[in-house]
Amino acid sequence: MAAAHDAYKPDNKVLAWIEERLPIIGFMRSATTDYYAPKNFNVMYYFGSLALLVLVNQIVTGIFLTMNFNPSAAGAFASVQYIMRDVEWGWLIRYMHTTGASLFFVVVYLHMFRALMYGSYKKPRELLWILGMFVYLALMAEAFMGYVLPWGQMSFWGAKVIISLFGAVPVIGNKLVEWIMGDFLPADATLNRFFALHVIALPLVLLMLVVLHLWALHEVGSNNPDGVEIKESKDAAGRPLDGIPFHPYYTVKDLFGVGVFLLIAAFIIFYQPTFFGFFLEHDNFVPANNLVTPAAIHPVWYFMPFYAMLRVIPSKGLGVITLFSAIALLFFMPWIDRGKVKSWRYRGAGYKVALGLFALAFIWLGKIGGGEGTWIGDTYIGRALTGVYFAFFIFLWAYTYFGWEKTKPVPLRVTTHD
Amino acid sequence: MTKPIFRSWVLALGLLTATAALGAEGDALDAAHTNIHDVAAMQRGARTFFNYCAGCHSLQYMRYSRIAQDLDLSEAQVMANLDTTGDKFGDPAISAMPAADAAKWFGKAPPDLSLEVAAKGPDWVYTYLKSFYLDPTRPTGWNNTVFPNVSMPFPLWELQGVQTPVYAPAQPGHDPQVEKLQISQPGLQTPAQYDRTIRDLTTFLQYVSEPAALQRERIGVWVLLYLAVFTFLALLLKREYWKDVH
Repeated sequence: MAAAHDAYKPDNKVLAWIEERLPIIGFMRSATTDYYAPKNFNVMYYFGSLALLVLVNQIVTGIFLTMNFNPSAAGAFASVQYIMRDVEWGWLIRYMHTTGASLFFVVVYLHMFRALMYGSYKKPRELLWILGMFVYLALMAEAFMGYVLPWGQMSFWGAKVIISLFGAVPVIGNKLVEWIMGDFLPADATLNRFFALHVIALPLVLLMLVVLHLWALHEVGSNNPDGVEIKESKDAAGRPLDGIPFHPYYTVKDLFGVGVFLLIAAFIIFYQPTFFGFFLEHDNFVPANNLVTPAAIHPVWYFMPFYAMLRVIPSKGLGVITLFSAIALLFFMPWIDRGKVKSWRYRGAGYKVALGLFALAFIWLGKIGGGEGTWIGDTYIGRALTGVYFAFFIFLWAYTYFGWEKTKPVPLRVTTHD
Repeated sequence: MTKPIFRSWVLALGLLTATAALGAEGDALDAAHTNIHDVAAMQRGARTFFNYCAGCHSLQYMRYSRIAQDLDLSEAQVMANLDTTGDKFGDPAISAMPAADAAKWFGKAPPDLSLEVAAKGPDWVYTYLKSFYLDPTRPTGWNNTVFPNVSMPFPLWELQGVQTPVYAPAQPGHDPQVEKLQISQPGLQTPAQYDRTIRDLTTFLQYVSEPAALQRERIGVWVLLYLAVFTFLALLLKREYWKDVH
């Protein structure tokens, strides 16, 4: 596929003048009408464009929240209520932001799971996957700091618990925790800096990473549910036989996906904005108070699987190492998995079972992380599930390295489409 | 459409179904059955709140003018019946009792109730208000089964009457537990009337926790209808374009 913007010459004189100096229309064409995507995307392929939609939503609603939010320990909680009660449509903007934050993780987790199902992290998409993992990391930091800003009880105590994880670093741990907070407890200084990081620093990082992620995607092209490289079968004009132009085919298809997604999002925003206490937790309607510890401290739902690992492991140092390696291991997926077959449609049964158990362990750990923590059985189940989580990576390496996997033949061309 | 229908619909979507089930609280609380679209109930609840609660508890995020607007009350009605502190119509409902004195008198300043229902849930508030009982060991003479050793005396006793506890046989080595409460001295209201009074009060406080809920639930239907039409048209558009993909 030749770089189309080299050749593109608009008929309109003004546009031609611009195009000679800044080939922006050619660039747009190369990324849309001249960008060929496999024609067999299934429902799992909606979540990338939906993540982009939510990112835009977070930025736009975030700008309006920033106009009315007071980033100080003394004023933050009251200013959120000011937004909810006195700012015109403030409640809608805030609920779009809070619901958007949670749905961001829903679509990102599904997007990541899609990559595991169809081997989208494999050659030549290793860097695409790694950039995506960095997006996920930045998103976790962004969400964590955003959750501290309303300065409710869960903001305060959640911040205290998460920041104290850095206390597990040998020698400098305690100093590091104080340095991050700017105080001995989460306080005004903490809120100020988290606000700065949440509204400027991390959004810039996120945007930059998303641009790199999309750039890498457009270089290597999308994977698909068959794991077939469409660039390997081209017509005489050099177009992939199984490819269709991203625009208009996938823009109209994604428009439908956006409609379904917005229906779900709007339902939550208008009828269940706290989502049963998961998107907005009950304890966060109580102002931060460093003298009163809530009955159960836990982070928001999207951190709960990792938080559960921390909870069930008795040693703090070991728990922190486990938590961070649980995320770090994902970065190495392209090299842990030595299998050549991408899609689970043609992979061995062992991979499907292992991936299913991995997903089950992740969800069940989330349940334990958010639970009361009073039943001792949860601790043992949690440890076993943590074992399952890590066993997935070890099994996957051994399964593919020693050639135990019995794969099915991969077709040359994609098998299905809408 | 009612809330339970919406709730089951969301669950049916399977979005976070497993974790959402955790949200159902297992405590034995009585269901409040509040309906914030029942304006008359909220008016009665507001009257109870300002007669019995506002002496000590503030609603620092709730303006009198907003109450008037949302509860179909005139400025004159609100100023005459609800605003007894002499505050302006546009002011929030702040109790006349100084917080420092309150902390001295009760051991703890009475909490602001603007977000009480959001923090605890309507069922908790409703059950709490019917769970006070006489306990001579407490400084105020009152205790509560939902909130043991609560600092608050029970101003609604003249409506509910006085409840005394019936203890279950004590386990060896444990204090006896309250098994149930019974009314030993009737109040001005029958139990059914009292339940309605605190249901109305809980409804009012639920509204106060999130006044936007009225507007939110009213316009939400139209947003969903619009999006349903949009999504349907997008589906037709997609099908039209994809006809030539073979």
